[in-house]
Amino acid sequence: MIVLPIIFQFVAGTILLFFWQKTTLQKFLSILFSIIGLGISIWLFLLVWENGIMITQSGDWKAPFGISFVADTFGVTMVLLSSISGLAVSIFSAGSMRKERLEFGFFPILHFLIMGLQGAFLTGDIFNLYVWFEVVIISSFVLLTLGGKKQQLEGALKYVSLNLLASSLFLIGIGFIYGLTGSLNMADVAIKLDNLQNRGLVSVTSGIFLVAFGIKSAIFPMYFWLPASYHTPPPAVSAIFAGLLTKLGIYAMLRTFTLMFGGDEFMGDIMVILAALTIFSGGLGALLQQNMGKIFGYLIVCHIGFLIAGLGMYTELAIMGTVFYLIHDIIVKTNLFMVSGLILKINGTQDIRELGGMYKNFPIISLLLAIPLFSLVGIPPLSGFWAKIFLIQAGLQTQDYVLIGFIVLGSFLTLWVIARLWSEVFWKNGIDLPKKANGLYFSQMTKTDQWLMVFPIVLLSGISLYIGFGAENIIILSQRISTELMDPSGYIEAVLGLKTMTP
Amino acid sequence: MEILLVIIIGLLHAGGLYMLLRRSMFKMIIGLILLGNGANLLIFLLGRLVKGHPPVIEDGMKVFADIYADPVPQALVLTAIVIGFGLQSFAIILIKRVYNVLHTDDLDELNSTDEEI
Repeated sequence: MIVLPIIFQFVAGTILLFFWQKTTLQKFLSILFSIIGLGISIWLFLLVWENGIMITQSGDWKAPFGISFVADTFGVTMVLLSSISGLAVSIFSAGSMRKERLEFGFFPILHFLIMGLQGAFLTGDIFNLYVWFEVVIISSFVLLTLGGKKQQLEGALKYVSLNLLASSLFLIGIGFIYGLTGSLNMADVAIKLDNLQNRGLVSVTSGIFLVAFGIKSAIFPMYFWLPASYHTPPPAVSAIFAGLLTKLGIYAMLRTFTLMFGGDEFMGDIMVILAALTIFSGGLGALLQQNMGKIFGYLIVCHIGFLIAGLGMYTELAIMGTVFYLIHDIIVKTNLFMVSGLILKINGTQDIRELGGMYKNFPIISLLLAIPLFSLVGIPPLSGFWAKIFLIQAGLQTQDYVLIGFIVLGSFLTLWVIARLWSEVFWKNGIDLPKKANGLYFSQMTKTDQWLMVFPIVLLSGISLYIGFGAENIIILSQRISTELMDPSGYIEAVLGLKTMTP
Repeated sequence: MEILLVIIIGLLHAGGLYMLLRRSMFKMIIGLILLGNGANLLIFLLGRLVKGHPPVIEDGMKVFADIYADPVPQALVLTAIVIGFGLQSFAIILIKRVYNVLHTDDLDELNSTDEEI
């Protein structure tokens, strides 16, 4: 029953494949399917919220032998967020994507990508997680190269090679896990790893996982592929990548490091150091760039640092901060790339030196765009603020003062970047650019297309505002998630059938 | 047998890494393929090698009387090979396209996405 979102996305993608090259119909169907998918995710979320962890054993094989699907609060929250981003990107690409790309199966692949993500969030089996990872990256390869521009191909080569490397490392890690415990079910592995005497081997295995997920989520020494590739595809594709793909790495890290390698101190210290360096290098990188897509690419790296920081500190408060940040970050980063797409459509360039005059020409749109930009910085009532407060509070508790310094520094770097962006793009007087880009400009598009581009930004900005102003609800949610993550016994019991609740 | 496999795995990984560090795109893909094969063999090895004991319960018995070969690693390796095959063929097509568009095989010349623009 809990695999329903995955199956639904699969069916949606397959149905869309039948309407190859019928773009208008595909647009309509894709938006419709995304709305239904969102409905299913909300339903699943409410169900898990009421009933606690739910399990589906595939083929009804008892737990350590078959593949279990586990819907705990963390998993369903991520499914919900991925559905929201998926809906937004689906609407946005219906408005902005060029016809050549849509004709070659953009929408089906988008749905397969979301299917892969939701599968990864719901699975309880480490090898199955690997398979979902592969589903995600193969769809992302296609989305990245769709259109076949020179820049895209170059970016894709870097992205593909490093992701393949990460996959084979992940596979090696799984091999070690199987060799150590003889099991692949994460709950079962957790128990068996706990009883293992040879802690050194466990640490090495967790190190391999850290590197593998680290490449995928772009943490400090392994992030160079991200700014080199994320600005090359169309903004709609970048939006879904930025919102969800790097966060998938973070999700996997949170899951494995809390459940399987619970609280390894050595790894915690390494993660804290990596987090600090990630924040620093991402922030500085963003400061140096002139292209909006690349600025946002570096900002992704910078904020991945905040997420790792919480995991590195490994207290309940820190994990709660990380989860809150994750919820905020998925929404904001998806929105951010759509903002850059809108600006690109209006002006035909993403170079901030050439841009300008947005506020004079489009005051209402500018005010709208201010919401995601400033929630990213974390100006008090907006959503980024609360997450940072918890991380800093957790840092004070564990006395990681250097890390707090880096978190504050990272926030200031983000503020600087966004302020520069705001003054260059919105306030500065624009120069009249020659209309050099081929393709339609925003002013030449039909009213419907214009609305299709603006509406998802309104939607996600609304959610951002809700996360900011309705923070107490999100705090309750992330508190529950962090309690579940820090004390995995409930998860393990539910999976291994000591307290089965098979629907 | 284990020792031999261990040496082969080591060689595959070393060769894969060496190839990855070369500047040619083509060698990079070969490196990734070698690494993938190394990982597959590693899973196979870590599932313990057992010779002559297929995981089939003999006639008249209810449970395994003897040690038996674990079938799970074989399933894993098979899955991993298939997935790896798909990814590698995508990567090969990709480098062919990149070569056609950019007319170079040298990774150092693929730096236009890193440049200040």
